[in-house]
Amino acid sequence: MADNRKARIKEFLSRFFRNHELKDDEDIFALGFVNSLLALQLVNFLEGEFGFTIEDDELDFENFRTIQNMDALIERKTSAAGVAV
Amino acid sequence: MTTPQIAIAHGQSETEKKTVKVLVWDLDNTLWNGTLLESDSVQLRDGVRAALDTLDKRGILHSIASKNDHDLAMEKLREFGLERYFLYPQINWNSKAAGVRSIATSINIGLDAVAFIDDEPYEREEVKHAMPEIAVFDSSELDSLADRTEFIPAFITDDSARRREMYLADVERKRAEEQFIGPSEEFLATLGMEFTIARAQEEDLKRAEELTVRTHQLNTTGYTYSFEELNAFRASPNHLLLIAGLTDKFGSYGKIGLTLVEKNPEVWTIKLFLMSCRVMSRGVGTIFMNHLLGLARDAGVALQAEFLSNNRNRMMLITYKMGGFREVSRDGDFIVLQHDLDRIQPRPDWIDVEIVD
Repeated sequence: MADNRKARIKEFLSRFFRNHELKDDEDIFALGFVNSLLALQLVNFLEGEFGFTIEDDELDFENFRTIQNMDALIERKTSAAGVAV
Repeated sequence: MTTPQIAIAHGQSETEKKTVKVLVWDLDNTLWNGTLLESDSVQLRDGVRAALDTLDKRGILHSIASKNDHDLAMEKLREFGLERYFLYPQINWNSKAAGVRSIATSINIGLDAVAFIDDEPYEREEVKHAMPEIAVFDSSELDSLADRTEFIPAFITDDSARRREMYLADVERKRAEEQFIGPSEEFLATLGMEFTIARAQEEDLKRAEELTVRTHQLNTTGYTYSFEELNAFRASPNHLLLIAGLTDKFGSYGKIGLTLVEKNPEVWTIKLFLMSCRVMSRGVGTIFMNHLLGLARDAGVALQAEFLSNNRNRMMLITYKMGGFREVSRDGDFIVLQHDLDRIQPRPDWIDVEIVD
């Protein structure tokens, strides 16, 4: 399940970081310029794709720094809410 | 027709009225007399040209929602020399409510800033029913429009008078963007953008005041300040009032960003940080924010930012948080954030940034 989730996130991000094989633990903020529009699209993607709402206090960039961190956020969100992904 | 009757008919007090940012016109028997599909010799109605011009100079945009043959109607507008007044004209056989909604989306403004004028009660009713926020007018009310309070913006600046041109440039940009295949950064690189950040001068203050009043989505706190207050901040050694402008190969966007920083010996606080919606997809807000991070780091102070949610400005909270700000306190919708300034993204290479001190 987790690998499938990571693959979906990676596929989404590949649109922004072309010609780069993004690793699960790679810091996307260090990789290039992450502007607010990309940030918003990423938040909207995660909420829409995995069916939960990211609260204000979860918007911390640490949660979005790597694919691994995003996956961990999804894990926390969906297991708490009992949503099947 | 006199204005007071209309005001009562709409059941709103003067203070409740929102300023109109775009007026959507019907064509047959509203813009011109007659029905175009029945007769090619329709005549422009008296007062139409004057109303278009007067409102345009005030920075109010025009558009069209008409059930008509698109090519025929556009040809007629060109004949009258009026086609460049209208942004995103919706001339087709769809419902006018759909047309009006599409115009508001394309221009990226709230429905409560839209007015609609049509001679047909059915069409007015349909639009009003679908979108109660919209002010609707009978074509017989044309001559009184320019005198109505909602058509008199609080500010008329250089940017207002050029607003239509700037939006027309946006139409060109969108077309270019739709035709471009590739990631958005590569598209941005084709625009030749120049972003300028400068201390606000006295001549910028009307525009600054206008931005604080007009901007809701890309606004961190929604604090509004009067001309006098802004002028005091401009002169104050304890404040930093910066205004940002953007141009690209299609033309100028005008002054599109504003920030107010309160400087205390140990801590600077961003009281207000806003960007015009027209530059939402240009990535310049983050560049503006990163400039403040750099200034605070160089000054050796901590940098805090206030955020006040209005339910429409979540994008700015995302901008702050994804930009490295962390929440330090919260009181209901009011949040104070702080940046530890240890990581500041370098500027992207697809834009020229000029800092005017």
